[in-house]
Amino acid sequence: MSFVPGQPVIAVVERIEIKKLRHGDNLILGFSIGGGIDQDPGQNPFSEDKTDKGIYVTRISQGGPADEAGLKMGDKIMQVNGWDMTVVTHDEARKKLTKKKEDVVRLLVTRKTLEEAVKHSKGKYPRP
Amino acid sequence: MDTESTYSGYSYYSGRSRGSHRHGERSRDRHKSRSKDSRSEKSVTINTPPAEPLLGDSSVRGEQVQDDNWGETTTAVTGTSEHSLSQEDIVRITKDLEDSVGLDCRRYFTRTLAVILGLLVFLTPLAFLVLPHLLWPEKLQSCGTACEGLFISVAFKLLILLLAVWALFFRPARAGLPRVFVFRALLAVLVLLFVVSYWLFYGVRILDSQDENYQGIVQYAVSLVDALLFIHYLAIVLLELRQLQPCFSVCVARSTDGETRHYNLGQLSIQRAALAIIEHYYCDFPVHNPALLSASKSRAAKHLAGLKVYNVDGEFPAGPAEGPGNNAAAAGLAHSQSRAMIAAAARRRDTSHNELYYEEAEHERRVRKRKARLVVAVEEAFTHIKRMQEEEQKKSPGDVMDPREAAQAIFPSMARALQKYLRTTKQQHCHSMESIQQHLAFCITNNMTPKAFLESYLTPGPTLQYSRNHWLARQWTLISEASVTNSLKDGTIFLLKCVDFSLVVTSKKIPYIQMSEEYIDPKSHKFVLRLQSETSV
Repeated sequence: MSFVPGQPVIAVVERIEIKKLRHGDNLILGFSIGGGIDQDPGQNPFSEDKTDKGIYVTRISQGGPADEAGLKMGDKIMQVNGWDMTVVTHDEARKKLTKKKEDVVRLLVTRKTLEEAVKHSKGKYPRP
Repeated sequence: MDTESTYSGYSYYSGRSRGSHRHGERSRDRHKSRSKDSRSEKSVTINTPPAEPLLGDSSVRGEQVQDDNWGETTTAVTGTSEHSLSQEDIVRITKDLEDSVGLDCRRYFTRTLAVILGLLVFLTPLAFLVLPHLLWPEKLQSCGTACEGLFISVAFKLLILLLAVWALFFRPARAGLPRVFVFRALLAVLVLLFVVSYWLFYGVRILDSQDENYQGIVQYAVSLVDALLFIHYLAIVLLELRQLQPCFSVCVARSTDGETRHYNLGQLSIQRAALAIIEHYYCDFPVHNPALLSASKSRAAKHLAGLKVYNVDGEFPAGPAEGPGNNAAAAGLAHSQSRAMIAAAARRRDTSHNELYYEEAEHERRVRKRKARLVVAVEEAFTHIKRMQEEEQKKSPGDVMDPREAAQAIFPSMARALQKYLRTTKQQHCHSMESIQQHLAFCITNNMTPKAFLESYLTPGPTLQYSRNHWLARQWTLISEASVTNSLKDGTIFLLKCVDFSLVVTSKKIPYIQMSEEYIDPKSHKFVLRLQSETSV
């Protein structure tokens, strides 16, 4: 999942749709995020490349909407409802995920096992 | 309850007070009865300590049972001690004799050799110049301008050489070392050989053939003087400069109480290193006080006295050995005895540590109390004296005192407190009454405060601060396994034995230091904030 500056980022992603749950006055998704371009990437325990400033899933509450949709801890979120999540600040990411008017978020997430699965089945990386 | 309390000035250190008259003091302090103290101090008298051998062992006092009021109830000896000669006086006179006459043949021998060599060296160029004029004046070419210019050069170089030799070699000798100073001997031999070879050449080529070229002769003399200056440069480098760069770190420990210091020395021979260390010892180490060691000795004696070995198996204790077989048996017996003693001592429940702890706490408390009393007494004493202003001089000429009299006037009021403090800290043999009064006069003259006056009694100072008989400067022995003219090496160990203690010296080489460089660009100091937040969505 490392990137070369200036080149487009290539990743194998999984599409996950999470329905927000109404909890009192709030709509919650049931997971926590970490990372962002204003954060220290070296402290991210889930990233392979310690200069990766993307948004990662750091915690999933058991039985919550995210858990049921298949989100796993350590996933890197690439897009939220079409909005890019690879070069955003932490607060912007939070805002994109918690828009009050939307009750469904469609995420594109990537993880290491996805790439390995594709490699396994196809024998090489998908061509750009 | 008030017994007659006399303050006899003699008895502090008998014999010391021989010269000065103390009658006035005696009459002045006759009324010093201090009865307010609740302890059983009945008189103010300071009694005569037994004649202490100056060469060390002042623990002859037997201070195992330290009772500060010991001897305080006795009165002092009066008139007889004024004219008697105590043992200290005899030793002191012998020492003065030694210092003044100084029958040291070896030193004079080296001195005369040095003077002869110096004369030879200085007169040689002059002889070279003068001899042709004396021996064959008519054949000699006249001296032109260049030649006469060379005369000036010879004169000034000789003058410089004279001053340089005087500065380097004609200094008062600091010490008498056991072996000859190798470098200096080598240099003397070198100079001698050099001068002799020049004379040989001169004798053969110039005197025999009666050379007429005077300018050549003068140039020859100039070359001799130049070479002598270069030898002097060699002497400076070998004798003075070589040992300046520190090369060894020596650790000096006193064997009796463990005082340790570290010094940096250059490349020296063992005897010169020992000399440097002794000179540092006199400045840095606190004075050796044998009275402080008596406590540990008594504890050690108690350890040994507690156990006694009996042989119950019927074997006779080892008599005079009759042959090797008996020897081995005796040795084995002694060995097993000592092992049994060690085992028994280890098993014995020893409470001596408890005693030590409480004794030390008590001693500490006592010292502090005495010190408080002393400080107050001295401060009060100093308030009785003030420096006289110029205007007052005309008014009352009768009460004017010089510093010594002023010291004598205020000394009695602090004498007792000071004496008790010195007894408690076991320093009383280091300070005589005369020296205390001298110090007091010195402090008064220089406008020092009571605290400044007391400082030399509260902490033990370096040995040179005390009187001459504590110096023992002539009784050092260098004990070394390697030859003392060898140079210092890593791991050299030698001993410097004085009369009742010795200094153990170990040397370590200062390591070779390899340094590397790292350049930091001043613009490279940049910082970012470290944030790591986690948000639940």
